[in-house]
Amino acid sequence: MSWTRRIVAAVAAYRWWKSRRRQERITPPSPPDRPAETLLIALLFAAAACAAGFVAVYALGSVPRRTQFLGLSLGLAFALLSAAMILVGKRLVAQEQLEEDYPKPREHEQEEQDVVQLVEEGGDRFTRKRLLVISAGAAGTALGAALIAPAASLGPFLDVDPFFATPWSRGRRLVDEAGKPMSATDIERDTFYTAYPEGADREQFGAPLVVVRLQPSALHLPSGRAGWAPAGILAYSKICTHAGCAIALYRKPTFPDLEPKPALVCPCHYSTFDPASGGSVLFGPAGRPLPQLPLYVDPAGHLRAAGNFSGPVGPSWWGVRNRKPTTGTTT
Amino acid sequence: MKRLGLLLLLALVLPAVASADPPQPGIVHAPRPPGASLKDWGAELFAGNCSSCHGPNGEGLKDRGPSLEGVGALAADFYLETGYMPLHEPTDQPHRGTQLLSGAEVKAIVAYVASLRGPAIPKPDPERGNVADGLQLFTQHCAGCHQIVAQGGYVKGAVVPELGQATTTQIAEAVRIGPYLMPRFSKKQISDRQLDSIVAYVEYTQHPDNAGGWSIGDIGPVPEGLVAWLIAGVVLIGLCVVIGERLRRE
Repeated sequence: MSWTRRIVAAVAAYRWWKSRRRQERITPPSPPDRPAETLLIALLFAAAACAAGFVAVYALGSVPRRTQFLGLSLGLAFALLSAAMILVGKRLVAQEQLEEDYPKPREHEQEEQDVVQLVEEGGDRFTRKRLLVISAGAAGTALGAALIAPAASLGPFLDVDPFFATPWSRGRRLVDEAGKPMSATDIERDTFYTAYPEGADREQFGAPLVVVRLQPSALHLPSGRAGWAPAGILAYSKICTHAGCAIALYRKPTFPDLEPKPALVCPCHYSTFDPASGGSVLFGPAGRPLPQLPLYVDPAGHLRAAGNFSGPVGPSWWGVRNRKPTTGTTT
Repeated sequence: MKRLGLLLLLALVLPAVASADPPQPGIVHAPRPPGASLKDWGAELFAGNCSSCHGPNGEGLKDRGPSLEGVGALAADFYLETGYMPLHEPTDQPHRGTQLLSGAEVKAIVAYVASLRGPAIPKPDPERGNVADGLQLFTQHCAGCHQIVAQGGYVKGAVVPELGQATTTQIAEAVRIGPYLMPRFSKKQISDRQLDSIVAYVEYTQHPDNAGGWSIGDIGPVPEGLVAWLIAGVVLIGLCVVIGERLRRE
C-alpha cells in the first residue's frame, strides 16, 4: 500500500471514530453570525491585498516615498490581520460566561490549625537555637556584603593612584590630531586647538589638551605660574573637572568691549572655565578649576610640556584635591 | 508706609526712564548720487547706518563697535546678508533677520568695507565636498555648539544659532570670521577643501533624508524614544484594554 493511500485510510478511520463518539454540547448553542463572518472574510482579503501591495512596492523599486509605502502596506496588513483575529475572538468563537460563588471564609479551620502545629513540631529536634540563629545571621550578612561589594567599582575607592597619573612630563612635545608637532607660530588667537602628548596613548584621561592663545597682557594666572604660557599660549586638560566630558566649546568675543570674555565651555552641563586666570570656574557645576599644563617653546619653535598639570585631571570625587598629578600610565 | 509706596513708585518709573534713552535712528536710505562709484555710495550709506558704532571711517568706537579695518568684504557680506547688522543695540547678540537695506545698498556698503582691506567673499562649492567627510569635520569643530544636526543650542552668555537658513557662502564666511562668540577657523585648521565638505554636510542637514517620513525635529533618538514610549506605548495599551474587554451579552 502506498503512503498516500495509508494517509487517506487513516483520515477516514479518524472521522468515523469521531462521529461515533459525538457528545453532548458543553457550551450553549448560539446561532451563526453571518455579517461577522462576512466582515472577517473581507478583513482577511484586505490584509492579503496589503501584503501583496508590499511585495509590489518592493519589487517596483522606483516608487516615490518608497519607504513610507513599504511601512504603510506592511503595517496595514498586520493591523487588518489583528482586527480579523479580534473579531474571531469576540464575535465568532462560541463563548459562555459562568458565575461561581466565592468559598465561604474559615471553611478549612481544622486544616489551618494542623499546619500551625506541624510547623511548631518541626522545630523539636533543634537543641542549640541561639548558635543556629547567630550562624544563620552570619551567612545572611556575609552574602549581603558579597552582593554590595562590587558597588566599589562604581568609583575610585581603594586604588586611586592611576587617576593621578598623566603622560605629561617636562620635554614632551604637543602634537595635533594627525601627530604633527605643534609650532608656537601656528597657534592663532580667537580659536582653539586640541593637542595630544607625542608618543603616548591618546585614550588616557590625562592625554588630551585644549590649547588657546590670548594676549599676554590679558593673562592673570595664579602666582607660581609665571612662564607657563609662552607668548600667551595656554594649555589645559580637555577633560571637564565636573563629569569628565570633553571641553569642546570655546567662546571668544568678537568685540571684547561689550561681549563676554573668552571661556572654555563643556557642552555636557555648561561648566565654563576662564583660560586667562588659570582655568578658574566662571559658571556651571564644576567644583574646581581646569588643570593647566605649563608650556615652553623649544629652539625649533615647537610646543613642549614644562612639567605636569597644576592639579588632578578628570572628573572630581571625594579626596581628589588631596594629591598632585604624577607622570605614569593612567587608566 | 508712605515712604515704601514712594519707593515702589520709583522702582516702577525708573526702569522706564532708563530704557527711554535716545531713540534709535532708523535705516538711512541714501539714493545713489549720479556718477558715484559703488564704493562712494557705500561710504555714504556707511556714514548713515554704521558709523554711529563703527566710527566715521570704520575705525571702531570704544564700547560701541569693533574696528572694520582688515575684516574685508567677507565679514561685511556675512553680517549684512544675514541681517545681523545694522544691530539695534550694540550690547545685543546679533540675530538672523530681515535686512532693511536693499540688495544694492548692501552691495555698496560691502564694497566700501572691502576698501578698508581684508579677505574677499569666499566661494565654497559643496559639489567638491563630501557629506561623510563633512559630518566628521562638523562633529569635530562645530557640533559642540551647533549640535550634530545643526539645530543650534546655547553657550553661557549666548544663543547658538541653528543653520537651517544659512547659505553656502554664509557658512563659509562664518567659519572664517567666527561671528559674535564663535571661534574663527583659519585655513590652517580647516582647509578650503574641508570647508566644502562642511558646507555640503550643513546643506544636507537642511534637507535631510528622512527614511521614516517624520523627522521629529531632527534632534536625535531622544524625541524618537519619547514618541515610541509616550504615544505608541499608550495607544498599544489602550488597544490591549479594548481587545481584552468582554462583550456584554444580553
